[in-house]
Amino acid sequence: MSVMKSFLTATATLGLMAGAAMAEPGLIIDLGGKFDKSFNESAYNGAQRWVEETGGKYLETELASEAQREQTMRRMAERGANPVVVLGFANASTLEKVAPDYPETNFVIVDMVVDQPNVQSVVFSEHEGSYLVGMMAAMASESNTVSFVGGMDVPLIRKFACGYAEGAKAANPDVTVIANMTGTTPAAWNDPVKGGELTRSQISQGADVVFAAAGGTGVGVLQTAADEEILSIGVDSNQNYLHPGSVLTSMVKRVDNAVYDAFQAAADGNLQTGVVVKNLESEGVGVAMDEHNADLVTDEMKAAIDEAMMKIQSGELVVHDYTTDDSCPSLTF
Amino acid sequence: MSYADIIQILDSSIRLGTPLLLACLAGLYSERSGVFDIGLEGKMLVAAFFSAAVAAITGSVWIGLLAGVAASVVFAMIHGLASITFRGDQLISGVAINFLAAGMTVLIAQDWFSQGSRTPSLSGDARFSSIDLPFADALSGVPILGPLYSEALSGHTILVYVALLAVPATWYVLFRTRFGLRLRAVGENPGAVDTAGISVTRLRYSAVLICGILCGLAGAYLSTGLAAGFTKDMTAGRGFIALAALIFAKWRPWYALFACLLFGLLQAISNRYSTLDLGIFEIPNAFVLALPYILTVVILAGFVGRAIPPRAGGEPYVKER
Repeated sequence: MSVMKSFLTATATLGLMAGAAMAEPGLIIDLGGKFDKSFNESAYNGAQRWVEETGGKYLETELASEAQREQTMRRMAERGANPVVVLGFANASTLEKVAPDYPETNFVIVDMVVDQPNVQSVVFSEHEGSYLVGMMAAMASESNTVSFVGGMDVPLIRKFACGYAEGAKAANPDVTVIANMTGTTPAAWNDPVKGGELTRSQISQGADVVFAAAGGTGVGVLQTAADEEILSIGVDSNQNYLHPGSVLTSMVKRVDNAVYDAFQAAADGNLQTGVVVKNLESEGVGVAMDEHNADLVTDEMKAAIDEAMMKIQSGELVVHDYTTDDSCPSLTF
Repeated sequence: MSYADIIQILDSSIRLGTPLLLACLAGLYSERSGVFDIGLEGKMLVAAFFSAAVAAITGSVWIGLLAGVAASVVFAMIHGLASITFRGDQLISGVAINFLAAGMTVLIAQDWFSQGSRTPSLSGDARFSSIDLPFADALSGVPILGPLYSEALSGHTILVYVALLAVPATWYVLFRTRFGLRLRAVGENPGAVDTAGISVTRLRYSAVLICGILCGLAGAYLSTGLAAGFTKDMTAGRGFIALAALIFAKWRPWYALFACLLFGLLQAISNRYSTLDLGIFEIPNAFVLALPYILTVVILAGFVGRAIPPRAGGEPYVKER
């Protein structure tokens, strides 16, 4: 009986604690892990920046498997987190199902559009950022061959590849672009060995600049590029520091800003639902320049990407977006 | 496709086939002694983690290798304890080992390095560097065979050559020594071995021990030879492909070499060409990657020469009834 009693007390206490945690924002770190040096790490850094600047608190969980998505989302909403931020396109179908059950809770999804009244969908113009690094790659290449290693073969990653190929062809019409995907399952985000092997295969086909948009797999790509003394381009977070002198630049995608903005807007009570596009103009995507790649980037490259950036922002230049029509004029998959 | 392309694909096949070969030979010892082992994947993973972690801490890849092999042997002994001493179900014990390895490596990596489920990147002496075989430079000018030797065969890390040498060594041990004869016998008819006054338990434990050592080498090669550090689940199913190769090879060492090189070759081809154009029709990449499994199923179904597993495999030996 007394065991039963203490059990009941414990449950009651837990219930109270859940009440006290009301309206803290929540972040669900996706597969690939918090410290993937890329996509998820960027989101985590955004949340940390918000904590440092505002002194607020937030709830955080990390997915361990594909099967946990729905359960984790529901748990987060039931614990009172608001908004709940989920990362990555793979959450879309689950969120479509979960969001209507919690009309009082706002959700934010990065990288995919979910059409529900309480969901903010943040999408990035990855094709524009990839276009810029594609130009740099083509200008840095001495063999006129540049390559791309993608993670899982999904439209989002093809969008990166297509923008990259467009940019490379714009800077040098004679350039050859080789593109490989690591796999067709989520395991493709975490296979640095295969990433390295794909890079070696591309090098043997003449590539001397490689762009990795592959999460944890990209670590292997950048490592192999450094070992084989060719240039590489990082993705999502600024990865220039990983191999100074070998990483030409990184196509940064400010997932941190998306998370920070969502947290801040929710704290101010004015989180907008609907689609939010983060493009070059709003600095949602960009090219990383710092002390680690200063020696690799020529003035010519800087001038070229500045010009392209202006043209894209003014609408004079439209970079093809793979996801609009599922095809790419400058690259076949 | 030029000759240089073929050489590069062969070079890549050897790199990709090596972890499969080491794991396949590991499974061969264990299964020939009558202990089925689907925990190859887990043992490789734990070895990959400990060799990278210890190499990162000490800065020496050799100490890392020892640590990786030791970790793999500990896991092999757990499997041995469960399936030999306590006569548990070998498949369940293997599955448990895979889960334990997947969870434990991530947890310890996070505790030691706080970089998520990974170790710091290794550099310099903390990785295996490639070694050139003797006369590689001198022979590279010889037509046809020169590039094959100097580019495809030479310039790998030492573990690749260890794996290749392990094949004749395994053949010799299994088919030309007394230990090998007894090992094969214990997998076919442990009762007969017991009647002859030889300890079944001891033989099976030694087979499981060898399996642990070889899996340790395979894991260490992944994280300190091919990659430069451990990442979560980095074995990515290679332990299971090795099992498929073992069945494909009908539990024989030389066949295992060819099976693993073939599977490595298929991976290398799929890395190189997104679609394989055979002139008449095109083969998609995914089909080439699935071929090892398809071939294994075909072999298991008995269409192309039957694969017969060791007769006493999977059954714990009970001395008295």
